Amino acid sequence: MTTDKTTGPAQTTRPTETAQADFARDAGASTAIEFVRDYISRVRGGEVGALPAVLGLVVLVLVFSQASDRFLTVYNLANLVSQAGITVFIAMGLVFVLLLGEIDLAAGTASGVCAGIMGLALVHQGDLQKALGTPVFVTVIVFMLLAIGVAVLSRLWIPAAMVGLGVVMAVLHLFTSSAVGAIYLAVAGGISIGLLTGFLVAWVGIPSFVVTLALFLGWQGVILQMVGDGGAISVRQFDLINGIANKNLAPALGWLFFAVLIGIYTLYTVYRSIQRRGQGLSAEPMVIVLSRAGGLAVIGAIGLFFLNQERSPNPDSTSIKGAPYVLPLIIVFMIGWTLILSKTRFGRYVYAVGGNAEAARRAGVDLRRIRMSAFAIGSGMAALGGVVQASRLGSIPSDAGGGNTLLFAVAAAVIGGTSLFGGKGRARDAVIGGLVIATIPNGLGLLSNLPASTQFVITCLVLLVAASVDALSRKRASASGR
Amino acid sequence: MAGINKSFGPVHVLHDVNFNVYPGEVTALVGDNGAGKTTLVKCVAGIYGIDSGEIRFEGRPVTIHGPRDAAGLGIEVVYQDLALCDNLDIVQNMFLGRELRRGGVLDEGGMERRSRDVLASLSVRTVKSVRQVVSSLSGGQRQTVAIAKSVLWNSKVVLLDEPTAALGVAQTEQVLALVRRLADQGLGVVLISHNMNDVMQVSDRIATLYLGRLAAEVKAKDVTHAQVVELITTGRSGDIGLRPAEAAATTI
Repeated sequence: MTTDKTTGPAQTTRPTETAQADFARDAGASTAIEFVRDYISRVRGGEVGALPAVLGLVVLVLVFSQASDRFLTVYNLANLVSQAGITVFIAMGLVFVLLLGEIDLAAGTASGVCAGIMGLALVHQGDLQKALGTPVFVTVIVFMLLAIGVAVLSRLWIPAAMVGLGVVMAVLHLFTSSAVGAIYLAVAGGISIGLLTGFLVAWVGIPSFVVTLALFLGWQGVILQMVGDGGAISVRQFDLINGIANKNLAPALGWLFFAVLIGIYTLYTVYRSIQRRGQGLSAEPMVIVLSRAGGLAVIGAIGLFFLNQERSPNPDSTSIKGAPYVLPLIIVFMIGWTLILSKTRFGRYVYAVGGNAEAARRAGVDLRRIRMSAFAIGSGMAALGGVVQASRLGSIPSDAGGGNTLLFAVAAAVIGGTSLFGGKGRARDAVIGGLVIATIPNGLGLLSNLPASTQFVITCLVLLVAASVDALSRKRASASGR
Repeated sequence: MAGINKSFGPVHVLHDVNFNVYPGEVTALVGDNGAGKTTLVKCVAGIYGIDSGEIRFEGRPVTIHGPRDAAGLGIEVVYQDLALCDNLDIVQNMFLGRELRRGGVLDEGGMERRSRDVLASLSVRTVKSVRQVVSSLSGGQRQTVAIAKSVLWNSKVVLLDEPTAALGVAQTEQVLALVRRLADQGLGVVLISHNMNDVMQVSDRIATLYLGRLAAEVKAKDVTHAQVVELITTGRSGDIGLRPAEAAATTI
């Protein structure tokens, strides 16, 4: 299998053979040049990762900065981040569902329902029973208890406990009048929605497309019932809620957060490289490790520098500077989910089930448990997306999370590099893809001579290009045997 | 295994099958399509329950309710369709379901070294890196990974379902050599195969299933190629195999 036919004389084939086989790539550190060459051959072989999305983002930014002089202003950059918020949060949860090769079409409207729960709890001083009316309130509680039931059935203790805490809070009015408590209620609601969705998919065996299509319609009805036709729940007056998308991290704190993150990242990657080398395993060359950390630091620093500039029209009365709070939130969740996906058994099983569910089952992986947790994470993150959107809009309209919300989130994940066929995807895909998705309407909106019709068509084209890159790299990957 | 019976609804797939596996030997399990080979393996692996009969392991009776029970006893199965995840690399596949952890997180370094050691101990030298994604491997390499996965856990019995079915000549040789090495390391190996050449080449014993009954369990060196084929197709050959009445009853 490894005989090298291109090498001429017999005595020179032997070294080539050992270099090819015998775990040649596994021992010791490779040099930086080897590493770069490996990376290029991986990209050429179809393992493109987030590269197309990053390049796409760069192209979009270049184009828009040429077309409009307002695009690359500090005000617009901060705006862009909070615009991307809802898409990024929903997409991050969707990555888990997509990794299994499933889909959650109801994540958008579910985010609206969860935001609605939060809004009602806040507006009625934490008394959800008064806010919803006793029959609806009892229904909600029964629904959450059912979710706990199916979670226990699948031995999902963490989500069961989280929903349980939510039920206790809702019934006893504990902390539900505080913003944090209300947000927690929204998340608990999201998790119960996800658990029941997952139950229908994993235990009853209905295809996720159909289950979530039905729920997509159902949640629209629920949010309409909560908010009232044409109405809206205003949450602008609650400082913490309003602050998520509209208030900013103080510049000094921003730098501190940035320094801590980059410091930990650099130390960890350097430590890993040294440790692997010590164990006699293949390790990334130190040059690559350091330059990657350096690159991230430079990009982050530039971004933060701009966000920390004064962007208030009259700085004397009100000062607006710093990164919007939603940005560190996104980063924290991205890191958290990345660690869970790459460092834990659960994450490994998510990839395994997405790659070959039957193989995972034979290896003793509980498929129903993994499926249900993916949907629970998906809807829980959607609830947070709903909170972010409520913060941005200052209210929860009766069509919250409807329309294109979910489709944009799916598009974000796919553009970022997550595969709809399962088994391929990372948390960062949602962030990069979400930025691309938010950049298009943001940039086009600044071009006053462009009608809305064009905006849709251009978004369509970007999505098609992203999908083509995914399909072509997949084709390439199977052709090159990667 | 003694007197194993298994039915799927009205279809009686296994009739009082007695089947033995010995350590250090390759036992070939042969039979025509639908003879019950795969069903028998799945009963041992805990994927199907048995209706009646007894499974004894190292002399004591055991019950196997699921794949985990079988694995707990040291019984590993390498399936025909491989059961590897294409999107995971070799290490991830070999440890799937039994990942090593250190302080709650996956111990990648430890798993990587153990995978490499196991592959090396089986004299597998054809993979460039244990961090290669499985979809990038050839059929023979995949089969090798699947087999190596089964010996990673100090298993005592390894069942191989058609390991060479989809392989080329050179790759088949490699896999058969690997099968032989497993037995030489003291494992009980069961080789299910349609290919008589493979069977005659590596096995010590041959058990023939004929329409759900065990026709004969013979030493490989005592029988000829033709006799085995006869056992497979008619259930008997000369004075070995099912009694004529039994064979006739089975046919009806």
